[in-house]
Amino acid sequence: MIGRIFLAALAAGLLAGVFVSGAQMLKVVPLIHMAEQYEGESPNPAPHSHNSASTDAHHHHGDAWAPGDGFERMAFTVLTNILASVGFGLLLAAGMALRGQLVGWRNGIIWGGCGYLAFSFLPALGLPPELPGMAAGDLAGRQTWWLMTAASSAGGIALILLAPKWAFRVLGAALLIMPHFVGAPHPHEFDSNVPAELAAQYVTASLVTAGLFWLLLGGLVAQFIDRGLSAE
Amino acid sequence: MMDQVQQASITTPLSLQQRVTAALCALMLGSFLVFGVGMANSDTLHNAAHDGRHAFAFPCH
Repeated sequence: MIGRIFLAALAAGLLAGVFVSGAQMLKVVPLIHMAEQYEGESPNPAPHSHNSASTDAHHHHGDAWAPGDGFERMAFTVLTNILASVGFGLLLAAGMALRGQLVGWRNGIIWGGCGYLAFSFLPALGLPPELPGMAAGDLAGRQTWWLMTAASSAGGIALILLAPKWAFRVLGAALLIMPHFVGAPHPHEFDSNVPAELAAQYVTASLVTAGLFWLLLGGLVAQFIDRGLSAE
Repeated sequence: MMDQVQQASITTPLSLQQRVTAALCALMLGSFLVFGVGMANSDTLHNAAHDGRHAFAFPCH
């Protein structure tokens, strides 16, 4: 049983990860590379308010290993996407297993849409998808806010759609709204050299690509879980 | 609409305990992967996952 669910998430994550890697090559990754040309040019020597080890504005942190430009870098991006995709697929599979019903790929797409809301769309309301070199608040603070928002939104959506009583649905709505009252950490000054045009293109390209990815992932996870459990 | 869809779906032949165990395992491994790819504070991991982190809009830099 556990094996079937893990296998389903693995297969769905692999396929959706390959798909999203292709989709990102169209606009998202070229925009990241374009923005990097502006990243090192900041007139201000300390453009980020970091407090961790990652204090330089460049995408290559410190002396640590980094993939070489070209094929190597692309290969690691594909690997990253597949691992993230399997991870997100497992989270969806966990929800579906708790639900305890065969979901079907059509409903799976709805589950994927909910995953998109929780892990991409709603966090983007506080922390818009960010190009290298853009002004941003403290990293640890942003990561904490992102994690809290994703978890709170996922719980909120689940309560609104699946809870049997209205009191739980109201609680779900409160969970959805709460992170945005807390507010995401933002930089105190905006001293980025990345053109606003690039940043705007990046936000839409990134959100649309992520949306397609989540819909596909949800449909695939549901389809593969159903198939695995029917075979049991 | 959701209610109709839910009524039409078939209940899986699994006990509550099986489902909760599976869900918890999937939740833990899934969170581990997402955290490692998107958030882990290691320079090497960050550099390898850089474009993917930006593309998925994880907080980066």
